[in-house]
Amino acid sequence: MTNNGTPLLRMQNIKKDFFGNQVLTDINFTLEAGQVLGLCGENGAGKSTLMKILFGMDVIRETGGYDGDVLLNGQKTEFKTPFDALAAGIGMVHQEFSLIPGFTATENILLNREPKKKNVISEVFGDRLNTLDYKEMDRRSGEAIRKMGVEIDAGMTISSMPVGHKQFTEIARELSKDQLKLLILDEPTAVLTEKEAEALLESIRNMAAQGIAVIFITHRLHEILAVCDKVVVMRDGYVVKDVPAAEASVSDITRWMVGREVQKAAAAPAEPVRAENRDARVVMSIRNLWVDMPGETVRDVSLDIRDGEIFGIGGLAGQGKLGIPNGIMGLYQAGGTVEFDGKPIQLNSPRKCLDASLAFVSEDRRGVGLLLDESLEWNVAFPAMQIQNKFLKKYGPVRWRDEKAIHAVTKKYIDALEIKCTSSRQNARELSGGNQQKICLAKAFALEPRFLFVSEPTRGIDVGAKALVLDALKRFNRESGVTVVMISSELEELRQTCDRIAIISGGQVAGILPAADSSEDFGALMVSKVI
Amino acid sequence: MHEYASAIALRYWLKKMGYPRLIIAGFLLFLFIMAPVTGSDLATQVTNVINRFSWNAVLVLAMVPMIHSGCGLNFGIPLGVLAGLLGGTLAIELGFTGPMSFVMAIVVSTPFAVLFGGGYGMLLNKIKGGEMMVATYVGLSSVSLMCIMWLLIPYRNPSIVMAYTGVGLRNMFALDSFYAGALSEFLKIDLNPLGINLVIPTGSILFFALLGLAVWAFLHTKTGTAMTAVGSNPTFARASGINVDRIRTLSVILSTWLGAVGVLTYQQGFGFVQLYTAPLNMTMPAVAAVLIGGASVNKASISNVIIGTLLFQGLVTMTPTVITALIHTDVSEVIRIIVSNGMVVYALTRKTEEAA
Repeated sequence: MTNNGTPLLRMQNIKKDFFGNQVLTDINFTLEAGQVLGLCGENGAGKSTLMKILFGMDVIRETGGYDGDVLLNGQKTEFKTPFDALAAGIGMVHQEFSLIPGFTATENILLNREPKKKNVISEVFGDRLNTLDYKEMDRRSGEAIRKMGVEIDAGMTISSMPVGHKQFTEIARELSKDQLKLLILDEPTAVLTEKEAEALLESIRNMAAQGIAVIFITHRLHEILAVCDKVVVMRDGYVVKDVPAAEASVSDITRWMVGREVQKAAAAPAEPVRAENRDARVVMSIRNLWVDMPGETVRDVSLDIRDGEIFGIGGLAGQGKLGIPNGIMGLYQAGGTVEFDGKPIQLNSPRKCLDASLAFVSEDRRGVGLLLDESLEWNVAFPAMQIQNKFLKKYGPVRWRDEKAIHAVTKKYIDALEIKCTSSRQNARELSGGNQQKICLAKAFALEPRFLFVSEPTRGIDVGAKALVLDALKRFNRESGVTVVMISSELEELRQTCDRIAIISGGQVAGILPAADSSEDFGALMVSKVI
Repeated sequence: MHEYASAIALRYWLKKMGYPRLIIAGFLLFLFIMAPVTGSDLATQVTNVINRFSWNAVLVLAMVPMIHSGCGLNFGIPLGVLAGLLGGTLAIELGFTGPMSFVMAIVVSTPFAVLFGGGYGMLLNKIKGGEMMVATYVGLSSVSLMCIMWLLIPYRNPSIVMAYTGVGLRNMFALDSFYAGALSEFLKIDLNPLGINLVIPTGSILFFALLGLAVWAFLHTKTGTAMTAVGSNPTFARASGINVDRIRTLSVILSTWLGAVGVLTYQQGFGFVQLYTAPLNMTMPAVAAVLIGGASVNKASISNVIIGTLLFQGLVTMTPTVITALIHTDVSEVIRIIVSNGMVVYALTRKTEEAA
């Protein structure tokens, strides 16, 4: 276990870019045998990319490999496949379970590594017909489970287990590998109840005591403090902090996670909250909203949005912030009450929302937002044509498409939003991400709504386009007096654009703060109710 | 520099045309050139091609609405054909004769087409993504059911029921005293008196032009625009407040009705009604024609219909005379089957390529 001062794992100057987009820059840290390292950072900070490099995932090689060195026991290593990593003693437990539901825990733990007995048939036909040595299997899986220091029934089938036990079975599978030296746990407590999470933390301590190094990724910061020896905080592809856990507190970590230059952000809040908004009337009131959107479940959200403001909704991925607009606009099953302008809005009916002058720019540009194989003209004009009978000429009962009006309105928005395209008849598929996003905005603007939901308006577009998109939104809000609700994973962006920001955590509103509040406060809210 | 630009233009044009269309157009051109060489009269050949075009074009047009709404190629067109057959036979049974029987055939088949199309559309809404597979079996099973019905429905008119028993409809009967030539004789241009063997069935072509114009116009209306959008991206349409299922059902009803009118148009040109399993033979030629015309599984235009029908029917009418004269073996049927089935396979593989 001891290597005379050589750390078990050393990451040296790791760099990685995806097609010119730098996601990791100069990552350096070390990990000793028997140490538990807590790795945290916002979504997109580069945690999972780093773990993929360590684990030799194909996606890294396919996108041009990485720079820098991974040293294992002082030896430079580069894993070509996850199998190499497994052979070298690295185990990984992913967020999603990879277990066979109909098999018992023991069978899953030792899958494809079962101890075998020879029999008459296998003597003749070869090893593939050996019988499984169930006694030895039970012993080995029992040992692995004991290493964690928990009680689970090794003979129970996975499908009848509670979630927590499934998670333990996954970990036991890694532990049963004799050569295991380093275990990566990617948000293992995300699906566990508090009690199960306690037990898991206890088992992490047990593993560490037996000399296994653990990299523990989680959004629940108090768990890091409870179990880790050191904390590594990542932000925007950099390691911003690498300190012993004893010297950190939850508020420190959140500040490191979200705070860009904290002083700068605090000194220059994008724009002061406009005074008239303070007591502007409530234009939309949401009460006890639930939305069944896979991966973004909204549990119980109540919000009041004031007339004419830009209201931000933020939070970590998977906590439900995206479910709010999708649920209200009828794209996913939803319940609760939503009142707009004093009148109740019928849920689960996109048409009713659009009729009430609400509009929605979806986060799923290609799937929901655009007709990829139709012209920009169609994309911009379609909803307004269908909902408000704009851009139509009437001949008796026949409502004919008014190509001239459609062309004119598209041209107007192409100029106003500086959309780069060869002509307004170009297909939407051929535009870049940023310009596609602008088309989505133009589509919503053409509806001339009184209330606009914008979901992840800057996802996947470059910095220049980002500024233009946010600027267009602000202008639309100021000039047309339209109330805008902007949902984004990027806190800084929300703080630059919005008047007030609600943070969604665990499908509920964790709190609403003015944009000028400190990053730490926002960070604390983000993780406050994480499920 | 100028040559360079034209090379790009040529490549773009080639891509836009699509190889199958070019190959088949080239082959057809070859047939037209070879026709005089093999001793067959070019004017007669042209007459045949135009004739076959006028019979089939409406059936091919019946593909368009369903392609636009994303229901894919209408392999269930036998359902529309059955509505047409019901309309035709009932109009005759009710005692209509001459061109009036054609009008009444369309009138009577309309409620059947709406009914069949509505049910078919509701079925297709339940199995989104597998439309073409299910449509094929809808076609097969409905034809089988109607095989029984042709025997059970108490038709009485002696010119269409079985000769001996008087029970059940004949396998095939002539339309001479009914709607044969109802359209094709209208404003017919016959150049035979001038010594040229060319006949143009103006009425049939006008009728197709009328329907084609109507479909084109429909696709330019608000509802037609919604139909295209539903086919292009159903989620987008739903988020824009469109009732996707309703639009899809409407497109299926339209396709089914056009199928019914299409088969009646076919019969008035052909001069006979074929019953029982005959509707099954209508599917592949219509599907293949629209694909050769340049349509894909989710995009089709009226020009695709016109070009495709001309190419496909040209191929079918020219090969028996020209190729048989050339190689002294009748391979026309083989070529027809290879082209139509091959075209469908080609189109379906394009679809998955696009999705990936």
